[in-house]
Amino acid sequence: MPRKAGQREGSPFTGLGPVFMKEFSDHLSSARMMVLMLFVIAFGALTVAPSLTELRNVTESDPFLFLRIFTSASSRVPFSFTAALGFTIPLLAIGLGFDSVNGEFNRRTLSRVLSQPIYRDALLLGKFLGALATLAVALVALWLIVLGAGLLLLGLPPRGVEVARGVGFLAVAIAYGGVWLAASMLFSVIFRSTATSALCALGVWLFFLIVWPLVVPTIVVAFASPDMMSGRASIDETLALIQFQSVLDRLSPNTLFGEAVIGLLNPETRTLGPIIQSQMYGAIMGAPLPFGQSLLLIWPQITGLIAGMIVVFAAAYIIFQREEVRA
Amino acid sequence: MSDNVIEARGLLKLYGAQRAVDAIDLDIRRGEIFGLLGPNGAGKTTTILMMLGLTEISGGSVEVLGFNPVRQPLEVKRRVGYLPDAVGFYDHLTARENLIYTARLLAIPRSQIGRRIMEAMESVQLADVVDKRVATYSRGMRQRLGIAEIVMKKAEIAILDEPTSGLDPHATFELLEMIRGLKRMGVAVLLSSHLLDRVQSVCDRVALFSKGRIALMGTVVELANQVLGAGHPILVEASGIDIAAALRGIEGVQKVMPEGPQGSEGGAWRVVADRDVRAAAAQRIVSAGGALTRLADLQPSLEEVYTRYFQEARHAA
Repeated sequence: MPRKAGQREGSPFTGLGPVFMKEFSDHLSSARMMVLMLFVIAFGALTVAPSLTELRNVTESDPFLFLRIFTSASSRVPFSFTAALGFTIPLLAIGLGFDSVNGEFNRRTLSRVLSQPIYRDALLLGKFLGALATLAVALVALWLIVLGAGLLLLGLPPRGVEVARGVGFLAVAIAYGGVWLAASMLFSVIFRSTATSALCALGVWLFFLIVWPLVVPTIVVAFASPDMMSGRASIDETLALIQFQSVLDRLSPNTLFGEAVIGLLNPETRTLGPIIQSQMYGAIMGAPLPFGQSLLLIWPQITGLIAGMIVVFAAAYIIFQREEVRA
Repeated sequence: MSDNVIEARGLLKLYGAQRAVDAIDLDIRRGEIFGLLGPNGAGKTTTILMMLGLTEISGGSVEVLGFNPVRQPLEVKRRVGYLPDAVGFYDHLTARENLIYTARLLAIPRSQIGRRIMEAMESVQLADVVDKRVATYSRGMRQRLGIAEIVMKKAEIAILDEPTSGLDPHATFELLEMIRGLKRMGVAVLLSSHLLDRVQSVCDRVALFSKGRIALMGTVVELANQVLGAGHPILVEASGIDIAAALRGIEGVQKVMPEGPQGSEGGAWRVVADRDVRAAAAQRIVSAGGALTRLADLQPSLEEVYTRYFQEARHAA
């Protein structure tokens, strides 16, 4: 029987602060976080170090040289720092969230904590925010390390607008981590076993990383008309199909993150979809957009990530409210 | 305000079509130790969770200290301490850190936290291990830490779910002492258990649960009178005479039954009378030339009440 809203008394956020502080300090001092951080730093260094050495040799003037640290893939390591983050942030988030609720249940601390004057709302939100804060600390630290390494090795300070774009990138990365954190917490609410919830979260991550990019073209081809195959389709038809493909693509948080990063860190990016000749009229090829315009371009991606995070968290919240606490 | 700290009326919990708790009425009085007894799955824990607002109530009502646990769970949980069955603590933290977390959740002022933790840990004799990680604690120590949490909370009601299960006799004895200690502090204690003989010694009143209903409720003596029949049972063991014949003649004796498998002559006999007939029985046996080997006053045992009651319930069904 659902509890009617407004019937119960007291703030749902009673006790949020202590839960948040405990989760935050637990995560920061845990061995698991150390391992995850080592993993993230190793991946970051692997991608940043070669691209830094290559960027040192760049002689042509590039107004956004600093941002290239994040986005350029060197000839030795075939992916960039941001691509590496797109891969490691979900792992970090899943690692922080997969046992947040069922772990308490299995240690039999859940009913004891819930018998204190606190609603389940505060417990779940406190756990989420605690892990998100941990994630943010880790990402900020990583970002500062890269920035510092860039300063030292390039011997050139970043311009204000580059820092602004970098901070924007940080915010997007945290939101992206939030989506995966919410997803892993959802599984930790659904399943009693921590191994099952970890496997399911990793399964979803692998699905969006590997399977979804392969499935989308197949679906799109299935919807294409015979005209399209023979190349006689109208421009409208082709555009509609491409748009259909990007809609499917953007169901994946990885795509949203990738597009937002491109828009922010490659100021030359004018569009993330198809562009036709007439729209290019008067444009100067390769000219960067102002920061505000770039932000406008990727605004849907950012809201998409945040909305995804909220939807998944809400699902976890609803299931948690109905769960029995007894063993 | 009435003298009852918990009042349940027609309290009902449905899991699908199954009635886990079937419209029970229950009053817990201020300052008493009340035992919820019954086999596993009889609805004891569900009843407790409903009182704490930790599970939905399907019907009826319950009031804890005048608050409704459905609508005012925070008020209830601020005043009620709960020790769940096989309580868990955060193993990687020390006992002190665990209690600090609880204290913060309870919004105890920071300046008081340290003192209240030490007072509580002293009351359960764990003060010397307060800075050890809980991972190093034995099961009995964890249960005591749970009691310490309730003491620190200054709860008005302590609800203990199977507090003695899995403890060795010594740890059980210590824990029951601490439960008596809670009572001395003026805390009403509600405890559930399926270990009857241990609970009998601390409970003022008990309720016997069976299939979601309260089968019997009252003091142990009341229950014994109700189930085993009124009277004062004694145990007589002698040899050399026909005990049954000798004892039946005593005034006030209602029943003489053999205790155990032995035959008519000698052995142990249970005598139920309307008063204490030990003196008369001893005289009879000795004057009849028998050798009296044992004469004992039989306290009504909850175990017996329980077994007999459920046997009869089964026969009736």
